[in-house]
Amino acid sequence: MKLTIPYEEIMQPGHLACQGCGGSLAMRYALKVYGKNTMLSIPACCWAVIDGPFPYTACGVPIFHTAFETAAVVASGIKAGLRVTGKGSSNVIAWAGDGGTFDIGLQAISGAAERNDDITYIVYDNEAYMNTGIQRSSATPPGAWTTTTPVKHYKTGPKKNIVEILAAHRIPYAATASVGYPEDMIKKLEKARDTRGFRFIHVFAPCPTGWKSDPKYTIKLAKLAVQSNIFPLYEIENGIDYKQTKKIKTPKPINEYMNLQGRFKHLSEEEIGNIQKDTDKNYSILSKRFE
Amino acid sequence: MKKTMMGNFAASWGAQLSRAQVIAAYPITPQTLIVEKLSEIVADGKLDAEFIKVESEHSAMSACIGASAAGARAYTATSAQGLALMHEMLHWAALARLPIVMTNVNRAMAPGWSIWADQNDSLAQRDTGWMQIYSSSAQDILDSTMIAYKVSEKVLLPTMISFDAFFLSHTVEVVDMPEQKLIDEFLPPYNPEYKLDIQDPRSFGALTDQNHYYEFRYKMQNAMDDALIEFKKAGAEYEKLTGRKYDFIHPYRCDDADLIMVTSGTISETTNVAVDRLREQGKKVGNLKIRMIRPYPKQDVIEALKNCGKIAVIDRNISCGYHGIFSQELKAALYGELETPVWGLIAGLGGRDVQVENIMKMADDTLKSDTPKDIIWEGVKR
Ligand SMILES: Cc1ncc(C[n+]2csc(CCOP(=O)(O)OP(=O)(O)O)c2C)c(N)n1
Ligand code: SF4
Repeated sequence: MKLTIPYEEIMQPGHLACQGCGGSLAMRYALKVYGKNTMLSIPACCWAVIDGPFPYTACGVPIFHTAFETAAVVASGIKAGLRVTGKGSSNVIAWAGDGGTFDIGLQAISGAAERNDDITYIVYDNEAYMNTGIQRSSATPPGAWTTTTPVKHYKTGPKKNIVEILAAHRIPYAATASVGYPEDMIKKLEKARDTRGFRFIHVFAPCPTGWKSDPKYTIKLAKLAVQSNIFPLYEIENGIDYKQTKKIKTPKPINEYMNLQGRFKHLSEEEIGNIQKDTDKNYSILSKRFE
Repeated sequence: MKKTMMGNFAASWGAQLSRAQVIAAYPITPQTLIVEKLSEIVADGKLDAEFIKVESEHSAMSACIGASAAGARAYTATSAQGLALMHEMLHWAALARLPIVMTNVNRAMAPGWSIWADQNDSLAQRDTGWMQIYSSSAQDILDSTMIAYKVSEKVLLPTMISFDAFFLSHTVEVVDMPEQKLIDEFLPPYNPEYKLDIQDPRSFGALTDQNHYYEFRYKMQNAMDDALIEFKKAGAEYEKLTGRKYDFIHPYRCDDADLIMVTSGTISETTNVAVDRLREQGKKVGNLKIRMIRPYPKQDVIEALKNCGKIAVIDRNISCGYHGIFSQELKAALYGELETPVWGLIAGLGGRDVQVENIMKMADDTLKSDTPKDIIWEGVKR
């Protein structure tokens, strides 16, 4: 049988992620593709902990742990430092959570994207600040409970469209990916790895702890989000060429996805109906770009 | 080679002579010229460096941190609000033990918007783990840059070189530019033992529990102690190469002084003139210029002050609610060592001109007074 996913494991067991953590799977796949000739810039986020405490590390590649909002620019600095010391062929990945990306880190990401710095930025999106105990981020979807959006006033506004923001910088490559579709994710990682300039990958990474879901459903949830058009899989070259990489012939209703999670269980049928409408609308806007 | 240049350009050429490899900076008055000149130097290929045109000072320091961790010599320059924006990353650079060198043009913090000289910006960063030099001439700025790299890379702590806005940043002085080959002899390429290296994958700055963090701080403190020795060594070596002497403190006519004025920055230079005039009037006044506030050169300071009867510190800064910062530092150093009374004077905040006459008046007032009062505000409109 031909394996489509690289066999070599670079990330090691012994890391500190919760059971069923989508974010840790995402790293495992990313390192399989990027290989040992890679360095990571990791800001405050679950991954600042997952890798292991000093003096241990689970990643098998050099890591620079940095401040919450600086993953992108520290990666730019590392890349420049490597270039001037003759080691510019190493891959540099900025690896951050949704908070460090959509919110506090946005300025530095925009700067690095505008300069088209030769780095890959990967956000594992668990849709909240998990490291500090499940507070809302601007990636938190409408309807979701978090500790700062309790059920009495759960989040109502839309999820910030980070990929569109990045595409507007006309970067060479941007893509969405899901740990539920590893082969699609691997292909995109390979493409990103082999592109020069600023590359951005938005990885959907379920979090059993924050979503109040059973760890055994991580992959199922990651698939369902795609199958219900909540998280469509696509890529954008140079900010304008959109390509859908996973077409969903008959989208599933969002209920199936939402019912597997505690964070939506306060929602009435009507509220879920509204979220369904928003989901359909978002998808129809996006799908026009695939034409 | 002698050249005339602004203080700011002395900083740019200091970075060039030091062969900075990654420069990341963001413009802010009155630092802007440093960045502009360096952009030109890098664009002209006179310096083999990468210039990252970042979107903020927070990012400038972060980029320097990344570059330094990857094993490159990193440089940046800023001022006031820019320095304050960097604050979080200043801690990061120091705790990550990265020998970055930064020039800071001392400018008052807003509001009200002020672009003029005042040391509160850099002194507010006193406890970040950065070594801090206060320069008082363009020559000093240039030479200090190379000396700072030398020591920083030896003890693995970053250094900030500060100097007064406009009084120094925008005034033109004659500067002796050392030959590049002389500096290459003095300052070897940066090649740290531990860096981001795919042949030797390590994690830097990971989650650290109570079993280790305390020791990190202990080691930083030891590195500061080592720096006191290394600065002396580097200063002596630099003097051999260029004939110019740099130390933590520069006493002027202090030996037989009844009163020693303790100063920093451009006020030090003005004070030398005031001291000469006071001496002509038969008043035995000296001037102790302090160049270094971290690590604090306690022994040198005590030694220089031990024979005088009165000490008057002029601070172009204030830690509101207490006192001028150089005077607090000095009093702490003297505790248990000397009982000489210390007068704390504040002058020149927000760029208020401090002239020879102001300093003579401050010296006269101190000579006439018996016990140090609280703060003495020179020329304040009450
Ligand atoms: C400047 C700053 N503000 C706040 C924090 C506290 N903090 C650490 S991690 C975190 C949330 C991270 O969330 P996200 O980026 O989504 O990653 P996740 O934890 O979900 O993996 C916050 C708020 C910090 N470290 N630094
Ligand atoms: S809280 Fe969520 S994202 Fe963080 S380690 Fe646990 S499962 Fe992973």
